[in-house]
Amino acid sequence: MSKQANTSARNTKIMNRFDLTSRLVAKLKHEEAVVGGIGNTNFDLWATGHRPQNFYMLGSMGLAFPIALGVALAQPTRRVFALEGDGSLLMQLGCLSTIATLAPKNLCMVVMDNGVYQITGAQPIPGSTTADIVALAVGSGLTNSSWAADEEDFERLIEQSLSASGPTLIGVRIDDKPGTGQTRRDPVQLRESFMRGMGIRQEL
Amino acid sequence: MAAAEAQTTPQAPDKSWHGVVLETLKRNEIRLVPYVPDRVLTSLIKNIHADPFFTTFPTAREEEAVGIVSGAWMAGMRGAVLMQTSGFATLANVLASLAVPYQIPLIMFVSERGTLGEFNYGQSLVCRTMRPVLDSLAMEHHTVTRLDELEFIVDRSIKQAITTQAPVALILSPLLTGGKVL
Repeated sequence: MSKQANTSARNTKIMNRFDLTSRLVAKLKHEEAVVGGIGNTNFDLWATGHRPQNFYMLGSMGLAFPIALGVALAQPTRRVFALEGDGSLLMQLGCLSTIATLAPKNLCMVVMDNGVYQITGAQPIPGSTTADIVALAVGSGLTNSSWAADEEDFERLIEQSLSASGPTLIGVRIDDKPGTGQTRRDPVQLRESFMRGMGIRQEL
Repeated sequence: MAAAEAQTTPQAPDKSWHGVVLETLKRNEIRLVPYVPDRVLTSLIKNIHADPFFTTFPTAREEEAVGIVSGAWMAGMRGAVLMQTSGFATLANVLASLAVPYQIPLIMFVSERGTLGEFNYGQSLVCRTMRPVLDSLAMEHHTVTRLDELEFIVDRSIKQAITTQAPVALILSPLLTGGKVL
């Protein structure tokens, strides 16, 4: 956590991925979609209890926001959340510009920032002590981007996003704990379940 | 480009290759078309932008576009991605970890660079990786060289991708498009 000293917005509390994911899911009352990025991000989403509106990525690192953008474009009346790690987002920073350009009003992005590739042995990510993910988002044109100061602030920002008129991004500082569960690694079932959750498919 | 099309398409001089692709996309309800551009695709991209039927926009990388159409398809909207050969070369990971294992009917149009008059050595090398990658994942792919076969190949391939829930790559040869020359 030494990185916290060198970058801006340092008055943010170090929180926990599973706790924040649980707080987000608890606020979802209208079958909102949630896309969980590779690794711990979707493991913790799985651990909060499976919802058919959840999509879990078992690969394709960096694509949580693009996948969520696709869902948001296809169903403009459904609110869509995307959860992504800071290392994953660095693989696909360009998607922030795409999203800012299209400006879907129903998309909220959450970046879980622990500054490390936790799942591969907690090696630091590039820029972990120097880069500011929220500043990168703002610079990409996502003007409604902010750090959550603490859990209460995170919940407030999630609530705001539910009635936002443009895309929102929330940065959260998290600890370096691993995920609390493991998503069942069955891509076809995960995809099929999600499509039922989106109202596209019926049970066989 | 016009000269090349006229040479290769005496049977249907009134229908350009890009006109056929656009109409076939529409007929199959493919509305979402993210792309990373190529010189050869210029007319197709321009005409898709001009048609309000489509939602079309550039992405920073090809795999981003693959993620977008994958999410959209799962939520009920059909899409296709436009790219060039070198862009396809960036996709092995997303094909192997998203499109193929999740059984997503990813439809890709790849403008073929690197052959039949290529002037950039890097393009000619990266072109040679494309079919081995497709074959290694047992992915359906077709190389379209003739205008009279284009509509059949595109229409049937889109329908097969959707009904079998499997990705497909449609490679647009310079024999069809005229390619890009110095």
